[in-house]
Amino acid sequence: MIVRRWVDGVDERLDGSSFISRNLRKVFPDHWSFMLGEIALYSFLLLVLTGTFLSFFYLASDEPVTYAGPYQPLQGQTVSAAYDSVMRLSFEVRAGLVMRQIHHWAALVFMGAIIGHLIRVFFTGAFRKPREISWLIGIGLFLSGIGAGFSGYSLPDDALSGAGLRIAYSIVLSIPFVGTWVAYLFFGGEFPGPDILNRLLVLHIFIIPLAIFTLLGAHLALVWHQTHTQFRAPGRTEDTVTGTPVWPKFALKSIGLAFTTFGVIAVLGGLFQINPIWLYGPFVPYSTASPSQPDYYIGWLEGLLRLWPNWEFHVFGHTIGELLLPSLVVPGLVFTILALWPFLEARVSGDQEWHHFAQHPREAPVRSGFGAAGVAFFVVLVLAGGNDVVAKFLGIEVDSLNTVLRWAVVLGPIVTGLVTYWICRDLRDRPLHPLTGPPRVTFRRNAAGGFEEIEAQPPVAEEVREKPGRT
Amino acid sequence: MRRASLIVAVAFGASTLAALGLFVVYIAGGQPQLEGALLFVALTGIGAGLMVWATRLMTGIGQITQSRRHAPPPLEEKEAAAEAMAGGVEEMSRRRLLFRLLLGAAGALGLAAIFPIRSLGRAPGASLFRTEWRTGLRLVDVDGNLVTRDTLEVDSFTTVFPEDAVGSGDSQAVLIRVPTGSLDLPPDQLAGAPDGYVAYSKICTHAGCAVGLYLAEVQQLRCPCHQSTFDVLNGAQPVYGPAARALPQLPIEIDPDGTMRALGDFTAPVGPSFWDLPP
Repeated sequence: MIVRRWVDGVDERLDGSSFISRNLRKVFPDHWSFMLGEIALYSFLLLVLTGTFLSFFYLASDEPVTYAGPYQPLQGQTVSAAYDSVMRLSFEVRAGLVMRQIHHWAALVFMGAIIGHLIRVFFTGAFRKPREISWLIGIGLFLSGIGAGFSGYSLPDDALSGAGLRIAYSIVLSIPFVGTWVAYLFFGGEFPGPDILNRLLVLHIFIIPLAIFTLLGAHLALVWHQTHTQFRAPGRTEDTVTGTPVWPKFALKSIGLAFTTFGVIAVLGGLFQINPIWLYGPFVPYSTASPSQPDYYIGWLEGLLRLWPNWEFHVFGHTIGELLLPSLVVPGLVFTILALWPFLEARVSGDQEWHHFAQHPREAPVRSGFGAAGVAFFVVLVLAGGNDVVAKFLGIEVDSLNTVLRWAVVLGPIVTGLVTYWICRDLRDRPLHPLTGPPRVTFRRNAAGGFEEIEAQPPVAEEVREKPGRT
Repeated sequence: MRRASLIVAVAFGASTLAALGLFVVYIAGGQPQLEGALLFVALTGIGAGLMVWATRLMTGIGQITQSRRHAPPPLEEKEAAAEAMAGGVEEMSRRRLLFRLLLGAAGALGLAAIFPIRSLGRAPGASLFRTEWRTGLRLVDVDGNLVTRDTLEVDSFTTVFPEDAVGSGDSQAVLIRVPTGSLDLPPDQLAGAPDGYVAYSKICTHAGCAVGLYLAEVQQLRCPCHQSTFDVLNGAQPVYGPAARALPQLPIEIDPDGTMRALGDFTAPVGPSFWDLPP
């Protein structure tokens, strides 16, 4: 068979012994939560595929042109060539709109899967030694994803993204000493800057994807080399991994997941309108769309800007504006703590051992408390990032909502963290998990017609139900 | 088992039909909702089929336990690695002069890389401190029409530009008409706000969005981005939200024929704070 000959040929040249068979038989453990990282990977593939299609039509130019396409409300308006090209893609290129919407939805799913994956890895302690490098690469991927998202949705040069760019420019401007220069070099001059669309395009379709490809490759190679963590269960040890062999079962399942991810994102892109730039209109510096919200993975940064007090500082005749702390210093601290978490935790707990078993959140109450506090912080800030929309939805004044959110962003994480800590500590110290059911008592009727109690069986933990490993 | 293979067969079949359907939709001119729905069936059909195949039909392949072959390296190995690395560095740093020259050359090359970076944009210079407004320039609206005393009703506002720079990013201003005598400004600022007409920079001093909402009943300007709110009657001082500085005022005068002219540039640099902005 030809497949056999090819495999033989490759194997002979790579390892002499068994490179292919060793890797094809490699085992991956099963747990639903391990899918999150895979979903991120597959949405990235979909982003590359759809994005390549979009790039064949996009024009990064602020040259003014008169819109003459089929969308009547804008006919005769002066728009930038970039905006015009996205309008053409949306209304005149067959299958263009569905591709654009799939691309945008894929970005939302990509970031969601990354955040979900990050939460899974954090709460199960899967980042512990020896997997800290994968963790750091993962943080790099998260940051790259934010950059990819922002640079991408700024490209159409519509009113909504223009406001986002204006804010980004102002944030750069706020950096002490060099802010003005950095902003002018990046935008090409004073806002809106002659070169910005071109620069964003290069970032969005070359530099950031290259970074993501590289980091993703390293991330996957490390998972392959270091093997996957798994939960403790009877028959499992630290030195072994129990699961499905890569070929064909795991591969088929994973490819199946890939196609399902594609399919779900495709139907989102087909049925649910996203980023309708024709409703926002072209960007003009003297008008701001209202309400205006960024995508949710940037929404928490926007929320920080909205809730932060109007503190401005003066040092030696210079000004440090209101933006520096909430837009650069605080997010910088958040990401630094996140990146260093494995090392901080090891330092504080004194645990320098290798761990291949993932933990349940209850096994590490302090970590779980901090994690829950972080999630609460993120959620409150995403709400704050859309405070005008939320206030309208609730039928209250934005100002009153802001007061609530300001308290919530401080107290919410503290309360959530403490409650999570207490719950986890109680669960850990209890012999039985309360959710797996009450202890069962079984009676047997004896020959005399009475009942006698059979020794209670402990409730069956989830993992025990799986078949013990076959070695 | 038979049911599972039926499910897989149906999934693959549905996928094929949906893909053929896409073909028809495309030929017929395309329709985003249909395209999305058919793509869903075509892709998820393959995906679900494969997953059911793997989980329900490959029952012969069970859970396998393998050695991880990944454990902390023995001490000798770690020492050998450190030795190999350190040995290489030592080998190089033994020739001190050459090593330092190499560092110097690399540093100089790094400095030389600044020049192409410098080409990326204009120097800021004084551009953040001034706009296109000059003494005597007439106020026009976004369409370039002259703004006159009769353009605005009381408690309404419009966006204005200098007559030769319509649409300019940093020169945009809001002209608001409030009841005569209601402005609470120091005398020098009041002189640039005749007959209840007052103009402020439209660029929010917080993050630079266009301050586009005018709340006429409280005479406040509000930025839709982060809800910074400015008191129009009191020199556009911030009264709510994250902005710390007032919107700079554009002093204006009204000609006898009713047209309006700037009495100079804004009273302060417009837009968000930056390092070189004096307190």
